[in-house]
Amino acid sequence: MSKPVIATATLAGCFGCHMSLLDIDEKILDLIELVEFNKSPIDDIKNFTKKCDIGLIEGGCCNSENVHVLKDFRNNCKILISFGECAIMGGLPAFRNPIPIKECLEEAYLNGPSVKGHNESGILPNDDEIPMMLDKVYPCHEIVKIDYFLPGCPPSAELIWNALTALISGKEMNLPYEVIKFD
Amino acid sequence: MADIINFTIDGKECMAEKGIFILQAAKENDIYIPSLCNYEGVKPQGSCRICSIKTNGQFVTACTTPVADGMEIENNTDEINDMRKSIIELLFVEGNHFCPACEMSGDCELQALAYRFQMMVPRFIYQFPLREIDARHPKILKDQNRCIRCKRCIRTIKDEKGRSVFAFYGRGKNIEVNVDPVLGSKLTDKLAAKAIEVCPVGSILPREKGFRTPIGQRKFDHEPIGSEYKH
Ligand code: SF4
Ligand code: SF4
Ligand code: FES
Repeated sequence: MSKPVIATATLAGCFGCHMSLLDIDEKILDLIELVEFNKSPIDDIKNFTKKCDIGLIEGGCCNSENVHVLKDFRNNCKILISFGECAIMGGLPAFRNPIPIKECLEEAYLNGPSVKGHNESGILPNDDEIPMMLDKVYPCHEIVKIDYFLPGCPPSAELIWNALTALISGKEMNLPYEVIKFD
Repeated sequence: MADIINFTIDGKECMAEKGIFILQAAKENDIYIPSLCNYEGVKPQGSCRICSIKTNGQFVTACTTPVADGMEIENNTDEINDMRKSIIELLFVEGNHFCPACEMSGDCELQALAYRFQMMVPRFIYQFPLREIDARHPKILKDQNRCIRCKRCIRTIKDEKGRSVFAFYGRGKNIEVNVDPVLGSKLTDKLAAKAIEVCPVGSILPREKGFRTPIGQRKFDHEPIGSEYKH
């Protein structure tokens, strides 16, 4: 049997969840034995080269590029997992959500203390090359179907390890109280 | 001697003094019924519905319903626990609960209930309402993003004349629990500490102090809420 294939992506996240994935210490060697990595910032494969079994998504969707990547993952992965608070509920980037996007942009580019008076023509970035900001930061499951959720900021290495090994082996997941935390 | 009555919870034979509330009666029989708006020593109000149990095929709140002789109570069933979980999920999406950035994380009763019921993600859509942080008071911060309107503060924190320091303001989904500006400015250290303690979440916070307890030593880091009960 060929090894299960894993892909990972970081959207509007801080890369902390990926660091936690690497934090499984020497078990990373076991993981490499168990699975093959495809598109992921860990191996720097930029595009899917085959269909994957498991996709891990870090971060929510704050712009059109995030939505595009997320949909691409949904199309190419059998199982899609939101890992970390940002993917699950927007996380810190979603602090902006209660505030209208126009106000956020004006604060960042026109009125904030570090920009006030330095943007005389009052330009807000709107080049076609730049991904379009969404009105708010969306949890991934509000954009595509997500199969599993691994909470935490970041999710503990143990939780990630338990989830991946359970999925690969088809066994029930070991969920001790201490591994599910939102912080 | 007080009247002692018999009843069952999930089939377990129990005894309690006639007329006390089911929540208390369960406690005396070492049985955990989750609660949130209830605060021991304060008149129960039955508003959060987390303590709902089933008797006679009906949901009732354990904190406001007196136990009766021969009562058969369902408590720890999949149906009831899922209903409780859905209330917790509603509270999470209704406010702005960014646990990773919350001073009460690890010590918060709402979060602890979410852990106990293994909430991986709320089943409802996040609302992200616009709420304020009120920092006008010398001893406490009032963060409206995390207030679950349980009224524990309103019912508990009174000045020496019996006046409530906290009060409801507004109506419907815009209702807020606010601090009385005059009473808030005269809040004693003792009463401020008490207010922080009665608030089950991170909505009443001390000023100039935060993240005092290291991760690993907080109330709910190792054991689920309700672990002190046998059943
Ligand atoms: S009050 Fe509780 S549930 Fe809300 S953000 Fe703080 S720790 Fe999380
Ligand atoms: S401030 Fe705290 S105690 Fe008061 S109503 Fe809000 S959540 Fe309850
Ligand atoms: S604890 Fe009984 S209704 Fe809230």
